[in-house]
Amino acid sequence: MEGLYHDATLEESDVKNKNDTDTNTSTPKHDTSSKPEVNFAESACNLTLSTSSKIDLLTQMVRIRRFEERSLRAYQQGHIGGFLHLYIGQEAVAVGSVSAMGQDDHIITAYRDHGHALAVGMDMDECMAELFGKKTGCSKGKGGSMHFFAPDKNFWGGHGIVGGQTPLGLGMAFALKQGGKKGACLCYMGDGATNQGPFYESLNLASLWNLPVIYIIENNGYSMGTAESRHSAGEPLARRGEAFDIDWSVTEGHNIYEVRDTITNALEQAHKDCRPSVLEINTYRYRGHSVADPDQTYRSKEEIEEYKKNKDPISIFKDQLIQEGVISDEQITDIDIKAKDEAEASAEFALASPYPDPSELMDHIYWETDNPSESKSEGTMFFELPKSNL
Amino acid sequence: MAIITYREALNQALSEEIERDENVILLGEEVAQFKGSYKVSEGMLEKYGPKKIIDTPISEAAFSGLAVGAAMMGMRPVVEFMFWSFCYVAFDQIFNNAASVRYMSGGLINVPIVFRGPANGGTNVGATHSHTPENFIANTPGLKVICPSTPADAKGMLKSAIRDNDPVCVMENTILYNMKDDVPEDNEFLIPLGKANVLREGADISIIAHGKAVHTSLEAASVLEEKHNINAEVIDLRSIRPLDVETILQSVKKTNRVLLVEENKPFCGVGAQISYLIQDRAFDFLDAPIKRVSAVDAPQAYSKALENAQIPDHNCVIASALTIL
Repeated sequence: MEGLYHDATLEESDVKNKNDTDTNTSTPKHDTSSKPEVNFAESACNLTLSTSSKIDLLTQMVRIRRFEERSLRAYQQGHIGGFLHLYIGQEAVAVGSVSAMGQDDHIITAYRDHGHALAVGMDMDECMAELFGKKTGCSKGKGGSMHFFAPDKNFWGGHGIVGGQTPLGLGMAFALKQGGKKGACLCYMGDGATNQGPFYESLNLASLWNLPVIYIIENNGYSMGTAESRHSAGEPLARRGEAFDIDWSVTEGHNIYEVRDTITNALEQAHKDCRPSVLEINTYRYRGHSVADPDQTYRSKEEIEEYKKNKDPISIFKDQLIQEGVISDEQITDIDIKAKDEAEASAEFALASPYPDPSELMDHIYWETDNPSESKSEGTMFFELPKSNL
Repeated sequence: MAIITYREALNQALSEEIERDENVILLGEEVAQFKGSYKVSEGMLEKYGPKKIIDTPISEAAFSGLAVGAAMMGMRPVVEFMFWSFCYVAFDQIFNNAASVRYMSGGLINVPIVFRGPANGGTNVGATHSHTPENFIANTPGLKVICPSTPADAKGMLKSAIRDNDPVCVMENTILYNMKDDVPEDNEFLIPLGKANVLREGADISIIAHGKAVHTSLEAASVLEEKHNINAEVIDLRSIRPLDVETILQSVKKTNRVLLVEENKPFCGVGAQISYLIQDRAFDFLDAPIKRVSAVDAPQAYSKALENAQIPDHNCVIASALTIL
């Protein structure tokens, strides 16, 4: 159902012709889109997964979905302000890729960051509290939905400007290489971000300097409300890496085994050769760009239902695990109930938590003003505040 | 003490800090093989190698952002802009990422980075190469911005900036790069950021300036004394944010008259901020309106004839001072 990612008005024959042209003019190095059917359950990284690890992958995806569904309810109830960019539908990408990371691998992403945050091990309480703008939030109420961080878990955010994190991820790879670490940086971005200039500047430097950064284009088909066919010339998007001699591939993101296979290989390659790669992972979001955005102006209900029915990453993996005989229906129900309970408890925690005090507005701006005993600039004005606050 | 140029003082600061801390690197356009567009990093590639002194492509957004990412991970990069005017294509990396990550992460992440390069008019290079963005950088909480005006300050303040745990923007001046003066050879010669310098004591008027305008002001002060028997105090702000408001207010309370001098544009410029602070905190001490001399409020002109009229010289400063004395 490849046409799914395109403007609904595009005829299937148009899509076919476009793809034909692409095939004729490109010589992809690692293009998996035209690969014959592969059973990714049997790829090395998945064959070695223990039963409990497989169940854990499913659990993480279910936790992310239930967390976000609960956050949506809280948003509708007025507990969460601003934007809420939900990841629902894309869970296999974050969970699958994070599960392939080693201890010296790092990640950074854009503003649709809840899935990555939970996947790296941040707990629901601190994430939900951040959405509620509470003092107990992971960023103490200073960041909000788009700005989750957990440097202790190698997670560097949570960035609000489309494509703005692409040079930062490059810098993380640079620091790893400079420090002699055998690690890589997974730098996630959306399909819309591929049209920002800093991305190309970053690709050039990544290739020129042999930096272990893996750009993961989570292609959910739309940059906000603009379909890929209306925002990007040349498909697939990952092929743009070719101009910089960077290996690239296209992966189907609804199959978590396939995601793991792609990322595991890319990480191994990055560790071994210290080279970048561009991985396009096709996925789909069920909700609007942000949840308050109108969703029916640019895509049909049928399109969303089609994806939910045929390509839902959680349903597919549930079926897969049942087929493998590693999980029962009862266990799946149990995972779901626990995830719902955990999400509910996080909402209760967030609701009960205190808001930050207005006096905290001035914390965390400068290291120096947060550490007055070590300040070297005593007696100077860092902030202009009303006299009463000085 | 040794008499060296402003340029050599910067080189000393960079070299000493690279030797002191393995996390310090210098990157930017033409900093290594070319020896620096203004020869600030001359000899450093040979001494410290390509892992520390790094030539970048002309990609300010990517190499600034790369440096911010590396700083988040604990490195201490010094990013050279060939001109501060070129930072505009890296705006997001400086103003959204370097300035805000600490705040947005609730203090979990520091960004110990230095962005440095020349920010001045007066060299007939036209509007796109003559910007003085210290005012709008200072308008961004999370960033520090300093304007060293002498070789000693260039060394002591750049060293402090590199050791600082917050992002610091260092505004240099191509016209000052050849200025020579005494500079301490001490490896631990550090000038705290946010301390103004009273370069000349006086009782009749406070002339408050930053960057190259400090020298214009000192020149004017000499003439005011010789020809008009006026004893002017000259304060070099050195740092715009943090700002040494105490030194400013002490001087105002002594002289009761203020002239602000800068090569920044006037509209919402540095002087506008200082003028507000003085009237807010020392209104009763003022015996005359605060006056301001700045660059003429037009895009920087190319022609010598126009640009000479655009940047204030000591005669502009004297004339303005005399209106409030």
